[in-house]
Amino acid sequence: MSKKILLLTLTLTLLLAACTSTTSPTQVPGEPTPLTVMTHDSFSVSQEVISAFESANNIKVNFVKGGDTGATLNRLILESLSGSTPGADVFFGLDNTFLSRALEQELLEPYNAPQLGQIPAEFKLDPENRALPVDYGDVCINYDKAWFEQNALPLPASLAELTDPQYANLLVVENPSTSSPGLAFMLATIAEFGEDGWLDWWQAMKDNGVQITSDWETAYYTNFSGSSGRGAQPMVVSYASSPAAEFIYAETELSESPTASLVEAGMCWRQIEFAGILKGTKNRAAAEKFVDFLLSQPFQEDVPMQMFVFPVLPDALIPEAFQKTVESPEQPASLAPELIASQRDAWINAWINLMLN
Amino acid sequence: MTKRPALLTLALWLIPLAFLAYFFYQPLVAIFRLVFSERFSQGWDLFEWSQISKPLSFTFLQAFLSTILTLVVGLPAAWLFAKFDFPGRKGLRAISLLPFILPTVVVAAAFNTLIGPQGWINQALMALFNLSSPPLKLLNSLPAILLAHVFYNTSIIIRIVGSSWSRLNPRLEHAARMLGATPWQTFTTITLPLLLPSLLSASLLVFLFDFTSFGVVLMLGGPQFSTIEVEIYNQAMNRFNLPVAGLLSVIQLGITLLVTLLQNRVNTPRYGKAALNPERSALSRPHKRWQKAFVIFMVVSLILLFAVPVLSLITRSFVTLEADRGQRGEVAIGLTLRYYRELFQNRSGSIFYVPPIQAIRNSLLYSGVTILIAGLLGTLTAYAMARRARFNKFLEPLFMLPLGASAVTLGLGFLLIFNRPPWANSTFPLLIPIAHSLIALPFVVRTMLPAIRSIPESLREASRSLGANPLQVLLKVDLPILLRSLLVSLVFGFTISLGEFGASSFLSNPHAPTIPVAIYRYISQPGALNYGQALAMSSLLLLVCGLGSLLIEKIRLPGEELF
Repeated sequence: MSKKILLLTLTLTLLLAACTSTTSPTQVPGEPTPLTVMTHDSFSVSQEVISAFESANNIKVNFVKGGDTGATLNRLILESLSGSTPGADVFFGLDNTFLSRALEQELLEPYNAPQLGQIPAEFKLDPENRALPVDYGDVCINYDKAWFEQNALPLPASLAELTDPQYANLLVVENPSTSSPGLAFMLATIAEFGEDGWLDWWQAMKDNGVQITSDWETAYYTNFSGSSGRGAQPMVVSYASSPAAEFIYAETELSESPTASLVEAGMCWRQIEFAGILKGTKNRAAAEKFVDFLLSQPFQEDVPMQMFVFPVLPDALIPEAFQKTVESPEQPASLAPELIASQRDAWINAWINLMLN
Repeated sequence: MTKRPALLTLALWLIPLAFLAYFFYQPLVAIFRLVFSERFSQGWDLFEWSQISKPLSFTFLQAFLSTILTLVVGLPAAWLFAKFDFPGRKGLRAISLLPFILPTVVVAAAFNTLIGPQGWINQALMALFNLSSPPLKLLNSLPAILLAHVFYNTSIIIRIVGSSWSRLNPRLEHAARMLGATPWQTFTTITLPLLLPSLLSASLLVFLFDFTSFGVVLMLGGPQFSTIEVEIYNQAMNRFNLPVAGLLSVIQLGITLLVTLLQNRVNTPRYGKAALNPERSALSRPHKRWQKAFVIFMVVSLILLFAVPVLSLITRSFVTLEADRGQRGEVAIGLTLRYYRELFQNRSGSIFYVPPIQAIRNSLLYSGVTILIAGLLGTLTAYAMARRARFNKFLEPLFMLPLGASAVTLGLGFLLIFNRPPWANSTFPLLIPIAHSLIALPFVVRTMLPAIRSIPESLREASRSLGANPLQVLLKVDLPILLRSLLVSLVFGFTISLGEFGASSFLSNPHAPTIPVAIYRYISQPGALNYGQALAMSSLLLLVCGLGSLLIEKIRLPGEELF
């Protein structure tokens, strides 16, 4: 008896799968053009902003989330290598630490979007415009304001000062091999101390009791004293915009954020996020419209409250709550994408050998 | 039973094997073919064997220790639930299952509120003994990994061994005692050999779960510990060194196969016909003094292990700790429903917002389909395995392999094979319950197998000779005996599917997340409200799981009382 039921169920489920699938690829004139956008877990956009785009252009956007930035990129590379047509038309969320990998694998088609002229040159890292900058944010050390006030400790003014014994056991960082803010922070230290000196700094930090976690969630909610997890360390590697999130998503109305960022020269790493049209797309026209949309005023102004990053368009308006609580470093660290691509594995190995063994 | 038993056995194997071949072996072969091709050969340039030997030896060590510890806690607990009736028995049994479904991020948070440097155990110890620093340093250590594994997996022992134990015929033990055996002799010569099949089955599952542990090692063990699974993730996702990741996956699969084969070689005695308990229940109230002491001791220990972390999590979801201006000291602790209310609001107007009811619906839908697939396929497989056929011992390990397959590797394989219609872009991603069924299948098989083997052929023969047709035999003889084990395995399938995060996040439509995916979305953002909502959502997950499993266990056959 159970076999009959099983056969029935299998047939039904297969039928169900077949039915749902046959409806999507065929396209009737007048029906919206389907456009698939591959992006990472943190991507978000307002309902009204995307709906306005969809109805204005007669496009139906289908978002696919592929994990974090690295996982999403690897998924696209794997799809392109397997020789099948790309599963998506546009990729949003590539950042400058992964830029070279995407370009080397020739995942993206160039697109000279009309708005590119308004975007500052510092964000345009791909001269061929395969990857177009959309937003940026900074990875910085966040600190627990109340803790520093209570312990009457001055704030460290540079990465070098963190090796001072008065800051012993006060900082938690993420492992760069498993965490993207961890990787960004490691890159900031390489930019700051050079390829010869950065490991000495980490050795000094190790001696000074720096705490290490595998992921941002544990560092922030288990170790950091300024978060709701009330951990033991008053400093954590997070984002410059995290204090804004603490302010906006507080339990009760606050007059200021309980945390802030250390933004002195060389202490932060700037992450720039890019979008690009995936090679081999059959929807080039719709894909171009979507990239234009990403660089348009409505989306650019939506970005701060949805993803807690800054828009690349200089005249995009930024909400007051965000402006008030996010400090922007004047001199963020940076390294050439090609250097990152060629040295990333070796640097991570060196870091692991020093810090975890 | 039939004239050609081998043929019938093959027929039973057919559908489960086809399922496994299509949804497990096909994607696996595809990914291995790609990563070991010429294209990725430069991945071997920097390769050293220590990249494999180090995580491998640690993986074995922690899995071995974790399994032993889980047995130490689980066996007395299985005995407790199988033999004794005490107030709150059902509730405690339900609570013991809850850790099984909690996402690791949430368990890490719960453990932190308990045993972390600022956790209340350390706070209490510091206040009590006037210490200046927290005495208990458990987080980021091997003990934290072991504790979490015991926390997660004890319910496997309780459920699988416990369901066998409650089916043992107490008359055998009574007879041994009458003939002068000491309680210890009775246990080692009668009870233990009869329990051995389910004991080995359950231990194998626990071992494999610990062996492929990922989140626990990453989040509670901290970055200095690395299992093979963690290393596969690292090589595949961070380094994009696919051949090394592939080699590690092959090794992990090989060891899974080896352990399974080894376990099968242990000569397990089959249940004698007399071992089956004809009465429905052998529960008794503890009456002797040592029995009372045992029950109290076990109940207190289990509450400490399971209920306290779970309750502290739930409590925290109703408590606000906010102080204005980031001022410390004047923290107002108050009760609040804010986090729960906030779950129903889409404050940022995001298109990915999901109302809690919707997430619960998605999760229940997936776990419902998982139960259906895994229950049917698992039962067929267990029936096939219970039959005597020469090829059984070759086919059996095939069904254990999904437990040893690296989630990352299989996930990439799924992408290669199922990224086109009918699988891709469908509004109902059937792939999620299918992936969950792959994990749940070994549980169903391992739970059902000892029960099926325990059915005395004489009962079936008797009913046949009384004129019952095969269907009637199945419904009137097999089903009543199997029901308890079937329900246990359904509860496993239900919880596995409900709590699973990796495949769900990978395969789900971002507009239709499951509960664990929704929890992760909240906890991956800063802000007290996000943290609170993650805890509130976790409490809802616990509630849904607790209610669901209680409901499944409530299923009774009409007229079962007569049995």
